[in-house]
Order: sequence, then C-alpha cells, then structure tokens
Amino acid sequence: MTEKMTGAQALVRALEQVGVETVFGIPGGAILPAYDPLYDSTKVRHVLVRHEQGAGHAAEGYAQATGRVGVCMATSGPGATNLVTPIADAYMDSVPIVAITGQVATPLIGTDAFQEADISGITMPITKHNFLVTKAEDIPRTIAEAFHVAATGRPGPVLVDIAKDALQATTTFSWPPVMQLPGYRPVTRPHSKQIREAARLMSEAKRPVFYVGGGVHKARAAAELLELAELTGIPVVTTLMARGTFPDSHPQHMGMPGMHGSVSAVGALQRSDLLIALGTRFDDRVTGQLSSFAPHAKVIHADIDPAEISKNRHADVPIVGDCREVIGDLITAVRTEQAEGRKGDYAEWWRILNGYKETYPLGYEEFADGSLAPQYVIERLSALVGPDAIYTAGVGQHQMWAAQFIRYENPGTFINSGGAGTMGFSVPAAMGAKMGCPDKVVWAIDGDGCFQMTNQELATCAIEGVPIKVAVINNGNLGMVRQWQTLFYDERYSNTDLQRVKRIPDFVKLAEAYGCVGLRCERPEDVDETIRKAMEINDVPVVVDFVVHQDAMVWPMVAAGTSNDDIKYARDMAPNWEGGE
Amino acid sequence: MSRHTLSVLVENKPGVLARVAALFSRRGFNIDSLAVGPTEHDDISRMTIVVNVEDLPLEQVTKQLNKLVNVIKIVELDNSQSVQRELMLIKVRTDSESRSHVLELVNLFRARCVDVAPDAVTIEVTGTTDKLEAFVRVLEPYGIKELVQSGMVAIGRGARSITDRSLRALDRSA
Repeated sequence: MTEKMTGAQALVRALEQVGVETVFGIPGGAILPAYDPLYDSTKVRHVLVRHEQGAGHAAEGYAQATGRVGVCMATSGPGATNLVTPIADAYMDSVPIVAITGQVATPLIGTDAFQEADISGITMPITKHNFLVTKAEDIPRTIAEAFHVAATGRPGPVLVDIAKDALQATTTFSWPPVMQLPGYRPVTRPHSKQIREAARLMSEAKRPVFYVGGGVHKARAAAELLELAELTGIPVVTTLMARGTFPDSHPQHMGMPGMHGSVSAVGALQRSDLLIALGTRFDDRVTGQLSSFAPHAKVIHADIDPAEISKNRHADVPIVGDCREVIGDLITAVRTEQAEGRKGDYAEWWRILNGYKETYPLGYEEFADGSLAPQYVIERLSALVGPDAIYTAGVGQHQMWAAQFIRYENPGTFINSGGAGTMGFSVPAAMGAKMGCPDKVVWAIDGDGCFQMTNQELATCAIEGVPIKVAVINNGNLGMVRQWQTLFYDERYSNTDLQRVKRIPDFVKLAEAYGCVGLRCERPEDVDETIRKAMEINDVPVVVDFVVHQDAMVWPMVAAGTSNDDIKYARDMAPNWEGGE
Repeated sequence: MSRHTLSVLVENKPGVLARVAALFSRRGFNIDSLAVGPTEHDDISRMTIVVNVEDLPLEQVTKQLNKLVNVIKIVELDNSQSVQRELMLIKVRTDSESRSHVLELVNLFRARCVDVAPDAVTIEVTGTTDKLEAFVRVLEPYGIKELVQSGMVAIGRGARSITDRSLRALDRSA
C-alpha cells in the first residue's frame, strides 16, 4: 500500500498503525499541520490538556496503567520545553512514552527563530533516544522506530522532533516501514550458566532476600515472582517502584525497603547473606550509605539494562535479561536444585524476620487535639477503596504514606514518581491512568504543594469526562521539606508554609470552579463518610480536601547519607537488631 | 588511572558525536583524545576515544556507550595488539643558520617538511604520543610558533576486522 499524502497525514497514519488510541497534547505554530489531519482521525483521540507538563505525566500514567506506550504532543520552543520535566521523569522511572514535538521549518533551524528551541539537544541526556526529522519521507519509519525503542528493552522516553516543512511536504506513505536501528539490540534471554549459579547460591544461602524493583512488573512477571517466592520460601521486599508486584498480604512480604521503608524490609536487606535483586538499580534511596548497605550479602543482580549491573554495587552473579525470562528460568533451575535434594533452609532467618515484623510494625502518631492524622486518612482510603483501584501519588510525605499505608495486592496499582521525584505528578498521571483503564477507580493521593503545581488538569478531566478522585493530604506545608527542617535545620521553617493565610486557595471552591465536586474533611470521625461520598460520585472528578495536622512525620526514616543500620522507626527510636537474633 | 583506547563504530548520522561527548561529560569521564572519521562503509563512522580511567569506570562508560542507539560496536584496543597513530603539524622558527639543524631532526624522526618560509618551516609528523612528545622537546629550543595535533587513531593488528560483523548487522536491518 503506497499513498500520496502530506508528512502530517503520514504522521497521523503512522500513529494509527502503531496502535495509538490516545494522545495528550496542546497545538501551536510548528505542530499545527499535524493537528489538521488529527482532527479527522477516528482512531486517535487527542486530549487537549492545559499545560504540556500535564500531557507528559498523563502519557506516563497511561503507559504505566496499560503497559502500552503513552503519547504526548507539543509545539516547538516553550511547548517542547514544558515536556522536559515529564520526559526526565519517564527516563528515571523507565516509562515508555513517545513525545512528538513540532520544530521550526528546516531553513530556520539554528537561526533563533520564533519559538525555536533545540529540544533534541536539550533532551539528549533524558531520553532513551531522540530524533530530529527534517524530511517528510522519514516520518513513518521514525515513528515506528520511536515506538519500538520506547517499548522494548529497558523502556523509556523517546522524543520525535519534526520540522514544520517536513509536516507540510508531500510524501508517499507505505506501511510497515523498514526500521534502521543497527545499534539497538536489547538482550532479553538470560545466560543459562548464570541462572544455574544463581539457583545454587539461593539454595546455599542462609539469609536470602528477593530485592524486587520496578523492572519485574515492567516485564509483567508478578505471577512468576509469586511462584518463585513460594517455591523457595525466600522473603521479598518491594521497592517504591515495585509496590503491588508482590501482594502486601503475603506472609513472605517484608515491606518496602529504603529511606522510609519498614524496619523489617530494611533489616532483612542489612542482615542478608544473599540479595537476589530483580529489575532494580540499587538507588541511593534504597541503599542509604552504599558502603554499609547489606554488608554481608552476595549479590545476584538481574536487569535488562547491562549498565545497571555493578553500577552501584558489585554483582557476584550478573544476569542480563528480561525479568520474566529470568524468573521463569530461575524457577526451572531451582526445581532442578530441589529435585537433587538441595533446598535452602531459612527457618532461623524467618525467626529473626518475623521478630522484626512483630516488634516494629508500621505505625503513626495520632493527635490529642482531635485533628486529622494523614496516615489515618490513607489507611481508611485503602480499607474502603480496596486493592483493585489504581492509586497515583505526587512526591513528598503523602507519597511515602501512600506507599506505606495502602495495602497493594496487584501489580501496577501504585503509580508514582520515584527516581525523579517530580512534584505535581499525581493529578495528570491519574488522568492518564483513568483514560487507559476507564473501568478502574483511580485515586490521586496528592499533597497540597504538589496539587498546586498541576491541578489545572482537573479542567481537562471535567471536560473530557475523566472522573478521577483526588485526595489532597493538606497540611498547608511542603511537608517533607518541613520534616527535614524539623529534624536537621533546628525547626527553622524557611519557606515551607504554603498557607500563612488559611485556605488560599480554598480547594473545595477550586474544585467547583473546575467543574468537579469538592469535599472537605477535617475530623477523624468524618473520614469514612467523606470517602464513601467521594466513591458514590462517578460522573465528574472529585476533590477531597483532607485537612491534616502539619506536624505528622514519615517514619521509619534513614537520614540521607547515613547507614541503613541507623534507621529510626520514630524520632530518636532505633530498633534493637540483636533482639531478634 | 590508566589509558584505554576505545574504537567505537557509530552510525554516520548528525548529532552522534554530540551524544557521545555529552555522555562522557554527564557521567563525569574525561576524554584525553578523540578522533572521528569515515570508514570503508558509508553508513558507519569510527571514533577512537582515549580515556584515562580505572577499569571499573571504564566498564561503566562502555556499557553506557553501548546503550546509545546510534552506537553499533565498541572494542577496546590493547596497546600491544594495535597500531596507534597521531598526526601533528608544527611550525618552527628557522633562519638560514638553524634550518639545516631542524631538517636533520625532521629526518631523524621520519617526519616531513611540508612548507618552507624564509623564517619558518612547517613539519608534518605521525607516530605514537611518546614519539610526538619527544619530537616537540627537541624542536622547542628553536622556537615553536604554532602546533596542531589530531586525536589518536588506532587499528588492531592482524587480519581480523572489527567492522565485519557490524556490517552484517547493518545489512540485516537495511
């Protein structure tokens, strides 16, 4: 099939061919030619957002909820630069998105033309790959390549910058195009020798732990993980990006490790003699001070990205491959070990770990003045909304509480900004997730600081019929920064008070102004009823302003740069590690 | 720290040099020397990059380079198993008296005189870093007016070619 058409028409046709159903974006001068044929497309729905950052995060939310590539579109210059934050976010969290930007016409490139920005240069270090297209005939092939690169191997953002004259020129369209990516060959099949070695170490170890990261769900391997965990009886910790990949209710689950991880998860890693790291990258927020992280452990490290292996921590058994294949092969290898009479004995290890779990469960402080504890709100949300919903979060205290106090049972049900820590992520990400999974209930758990960065997308949600629910955990402060000021800056609250004048803005009125339902809850006894009321509204977005106490803090905590061994489960309260041994 | 020579085969496309250079600077690695040029295949360029790093960071930089979509292949060339050359052009102050001395040095170093003016000669010399440094030292007393030097290029010894297999990959994708 070969047809004559414009570059813009070829772009829309290519998007249809790769299966794009939803594009989040805003038109402008350089991308205008693309918006004309987009207007006619019956397969691609364009969602007009209110800020390009919202488009990018929506594409991320869509991608993470559906497992498909999310797409955002913007014009040249400021339109494109507004996508920089979500692109960086997607890069850090390995989220497959394709960003399509208009560029000034080829003869104008490099002349500081109106709305010109070198977006391919700007995004070079924060994309998996990017393209500058200056010829109409290159558009279909480039789109095919962009989606292929974004979705395969270690997923990530790909930017396609298209010059306006390439969109306007006439070309011939044929599909499928032949991709030209000679240097792109991701390894997905693990090496069998390394798998056997890993299985051998697992049966010999006394204190092994599965250290599970976001890569396991990205490989759609939660079921395989459950099988491997139950086959071996080895405890599991799930990082921030892996919450839900292993059921919280499972007795082998030790919780989330890291700076705000549970004592049981952090203790399990620190006392371990073998880490089986799957699809994870030894981030500093997990390891704390690297030199004292899991000091007695050998490391099996499986990841699809060879550059992650031995980047931060030396891997004794490096395994490059897709986690689903790796875990599948490990199951087979462990069965062989067990059939030959080698099965790990972890009874003593479980005695210690169960001691940690019983002695140091997650907890929080309630306030004598009857004001609302933020953790209670999130705990009740979890209880009433349940594990089938999708939860998104922004960044800060509310994000950590959402990671700690929602009981996740299903993979991919917690979508948040982990690596980049992008405030303002949750509302647009919830919008994208809801559009990708319209039958799911989607709750954005947000802070009042985050909410004020991107709540303009409530207008998009209201107009486009995307009934997300937003729980604003409103403590009137940039809470996590305030917590650090409390702990490390002598309670000098420099520029963290967002509401020196109370209720500016009034989130209930703001919600109503955006065509949403606004609710407010200020007392513990009203929490359940308010959540129920929010759950009953399914035709428009709902915003609940949960006014919570400003002094609530996130515990446990490993202070930045210190050892995981120095975790505190409350202020100045250190666990007694020997107690369990 | 030790010097490593990397031969990097890349797609011959705009912006590839920028990607490689940006990666080095972002990951905090210094490039001692860099040379880029065409190869026997139109679609492939070859970069020779000399870096001064420990073995572990070198492994990391190689892995990161491999992740660049436009990078086709990376080979570390061992000093003893490869031929390494740099090119230098040097403009040396001479007069009727000193010119013959300088030309004698040119012969000793198997260099070539490529331009002569009444008060200067321009010399072309190729060789390893050590040889070029030695040559510059002996010319210094005469007065070096100007000096320009290329990055190092290197090629493995023996019959094997590092481009063969990459070419096959390229053909398959085309």
